[in-house]
This record gives sequence, structure tokens and C-alpha cells, in this order.
Amino acid sequence: MNQMSTARATESNTQMVGERTTRISARKVNIYYGEKHAIKDLSIEIPDRSVSAFIGPSGCGKSTFLRAINRMNDTIEGCRLTGEVRLDDKNIYDKDVDVVQLRSHVGMVFQKPNPFPKSIFENVAYGPRIHGLAKNKTDLEEMVVASLKKAGLFEEVKDRLDAPGTGLSGGQQQRLCIARAIAVNPEVILMDEPCSALDPIATARIEELIDELRQNYCIVIVTHSMQQAARVSQLTAFFHLGTLVETGDTNSMFTNPRDKRTQDYITGRFG
Amino acid sequence: MPDHIVKAYDLDIQSLKTMLAEMGGLAEEQLHNAIIALTKRDVTLADLVIVRDEKLDQLERQIEEKAILTIAKRQPMALDLREIMVAIRVAGDIERIGDLAKNTAKRTHAITEPLPRRLSPGLTRMGQMAQAQLKNILDAYSHGDDVKALAVWRADEDLDALYNSIFRELLTYMMEDPRNIGLCTHLLFGAKNLERIGDHTTNIAENTYYLVHGKTIGEDRPKKDVTAMMSTSDLK
Repeated sequence: MNQMSTARATESNTQMVGERTTRISARKVNIYYGEKHAIKDLSIEIPDRSVSAFIGPSGCGKSTFLRAINRMNDTIEGCRLTGEVRLDDKNIYDKDVDVVQLRSHVGMVFQKPNPFPKSIFENVAYGPRIHGLAKNKTDLEEMVVASLKKAGLFEEVKDRLDAPGTGLSGGQQQRLCIARAIAVNPEVILMDEPCSALDPIATARIEELIDELRQNYCIVIVTHSMQQAARVSQLTAFFHLGTLVETGDTNSMFTNPRDKRTQDYITGRFG
Repeated sequence: MPDHIVKAYDLDIQSLKTMLAEMGGLAEEQLHNAIIALTKRDVTLADLVIVRDEKLDQLERQIEEKAILTIAKRQPMALDLREIMVAIRVAGDIERIGDLAKNTAKRTHAITEPLPRRLSPGLTRMGQMAQAQLKNILDAYSHGDDVKALAVWRADEDLDALYNSIFRELLTYMMEDPRNIGLCTHLLFGAKNLERIGDHTTNIAENTYYLVHGKTIGEDRPKKDVTAMMSTSDLK
């Protein structure tokens, strides 16, 4: 992924979204599942070091587009994409892009926590190991500890790093998955309803974590909870029937949306 | 605007609007009676105003409780959120208007001598203007009419101007004959109350504008009340 690293260094080409630089830029993206036109002519600029929330009713295409950002849709048969999704200045759909490398730059956290059936340590160590990021065992250990700390989990598990990851509580498992995602030093973290399987306390912990992580990462979150989008994000994008209806500063989006469809959706008038 | 998917949510907001309409109607009546009580020195009517103010306070508390409960239960967004926040603020303004009407009515008891003949029309005129402002803003608010709200917001200037002239007149009477001081002081407070009621109507106007547009009026309100800077030497 050398081209991508080079592109990242070219500061002169960076665009601004409000006060922030653009990390991801989608242009005229169309996504099809066979005959179904799931995303229609979508263009969006996603800023770095901030949280962008995708909201919209089920089936509106928000998860489909989220998955397009690290080419998770590649594995779905009959799914094709036109247009461009640029990470920094590199189109991630170019032929020379190594998808495995791409996914180390763009991590993903899913709705249901899905730790590997391995120890807590191994869950986090897996990524750095397969990408050859650690020079030696000590280096790897440091990486695991640092990632667990960043994910706000270390204090709770430091005495049982060899215990299975699946033995943790739901909220802890989700933070373990976040630790696993950040262990490979991504620039972007995609989260697909990361709290929908968690209780309010675990949800609050994840939200607190998201708020800390945004200092260093570009975070994109799909959520069905409007309140969560309002709490954690700086930018909100509203999707409806495969179209990006409205994008805007989160504060104004939830107090004074421009589009009637957004207004109706966030006030609970259609769903 | 289509209905909410949850019907009880519509009922919550509707009940807030109903209580506010009741509050507004009562405040208008209170103001009307207070002005008659003062200008006609009708102590019976004044007492009625004083007693009924309690109802306004009670309605304000009910609106507040309902609003807080609705926020807790529904987590309102966008227009709904503005609707509820504005309802709380408007209820506060109407309650203050009620207090000012009550205070005006109370002064009826303190006034024993007839009002100076020249002054009475000015006060009556000011009372009518304040009532019209209140009526118009309550209409504008209940219909979400931002144009009418802005008109009220601007027209407060005229109420200020009238207040200035009454202020000057009362000062003149007091200077002419110190025996007028007691009466004129009460009338001065009465006029000041009406002027303050005007200010509350402009608050409701600003909130109505915010309710409709989701942003505040982007200019300063024209103000003509200069009495804070006025001394007896300005009267010459």
C-alpha cells in the first residue's frame, strides 16, 4: 500500500470539511446487489479525526455504504460498485489495491462482538502478527497492551490476558474487538451499530471510548439510535432509499434539519 | 407535518399547546381587567385579578412538568425539541405577564384620588397597545406565524415611545405639586409594568421565530425606552 502512504503525505492535496481535513471522499458511488440499486449516486466527504454518523431507516443503504469503505462488499456475490471511494488520494477500488492491506488501514467493528475463539492476548496480537508489524515478542506485547489501554479494557483484563476472549462480558468483548481493530494502526475505524447488542452502561463506555478515539482516528459509525448519533458524532449523514438525503454538522442536524425527510425521520414520523 | 408513529407523542405535544392556549387566554383577560381596574379604580375587579393569578402560576407548573416528562420519555429532536423548549419559555413569559398584570391591579388599592384627566387617555392607550401586542403574539405563536411575530417584535418600539411620554408627564405632575407624588409613583409603576409586558411579548416573538426557523432573529430589536437615562432637567 505504498501509493496510499505516499498520497497520505501529500498535504497540499488535502481538502477541508469545515475545519477538518478530508480523509475519505466518495464520488458518484453506485452500488448494486444484482438488479437491486442499493446506493444511488452518492458523494460525501468524511473528515479526519472526528466521528461521522450514518443514520436512516433499515434498508436505506447506510451499512452497504459503510462496508464499501473497506471493500467488505467484495465478498458478496453479485455486488458491484461504480464511482470512486478515495482514502486520502487513493481510490480504494483501483486494481492495484491490496484488499488485505486496505483493511489494515480501515478497521471494522461489528454489531455483535465477534472475538476469535482465542485468548484475549491473541485476539489483539493477531493483526500485528499477520501484518508483520512487531519486531519481536516484547514489541508485540507492548502493542497488545497499548491497544487494550486505548480501548479502555486493559485495567479490567490485565490479570487474565490468557483467558478466552469469548469469556468476557458483551461490552468487554466489544471493546476487545475495538482493541483488535486499532492494534494494526488503522487510520479509519468503521463501526456498524457497535452498541446495539449492549446494555446502557456498556454502551456509555463505548461512547466514551469513541469520543477518545476520535482524537486520533477517522471514525464512521452506523447507528439506529438517533440519540447516539447526536451524542457521539460531529457530522451526520441521513440516508433514505439508497440516497444520501442530507449531510451536516450534527448539532444543527438534530435541532434544525434542512430536508423534510430528515425532519420526519429523526422526529419519529416515518420509519 | 405528518403525525408521529407513536400517537401518544402527538397527544403529549397537543396537551402542551392546549395548556398554553388556556394560559394565553387567561393572561389576556387578566391584563384587560387590570387596566380597567387601575384606570377606573375598581377594587373589586382588582381583587379578582389578584386571586386569579394563582391559576396562571399553576398552569405554568403543569406545562413545565409535562414538558420535562415529554423530554424524558420521547427524547424529542428537531422541530419537536424546539416546540417543547419554546413552550417552556413562552409559559415563563406568560406567567411574568400575569405577575405584572397582578401588580398593576394591586396598585388600584393604593390610589385614592381620581386620575389626572389629561393622563388617563395616555395610560388607557398604553394599556390597549399592550393588550394588542399580547393578543397578536399569542396568535402568531399558536399559528407558528413568523411574519406576524416579527411585526409584534418591531411594534414594541411604539409601546416604548408611549411609555417615554407618560414618564415625562408623570414627572411633570410630580414637579408641579408634591401632593401628586404618591399617585404618580403608582401610575409610573403601572406604566412600567405595561412596558415590561411589551418586552415579554417580544420574547415570545423571538421564540416563535426560533420555533419556525430553528435560528434566532439575526438583528437587534429596535428600542425606544430612554427613561433609564432621563432626569427632571430633561423636561425643560
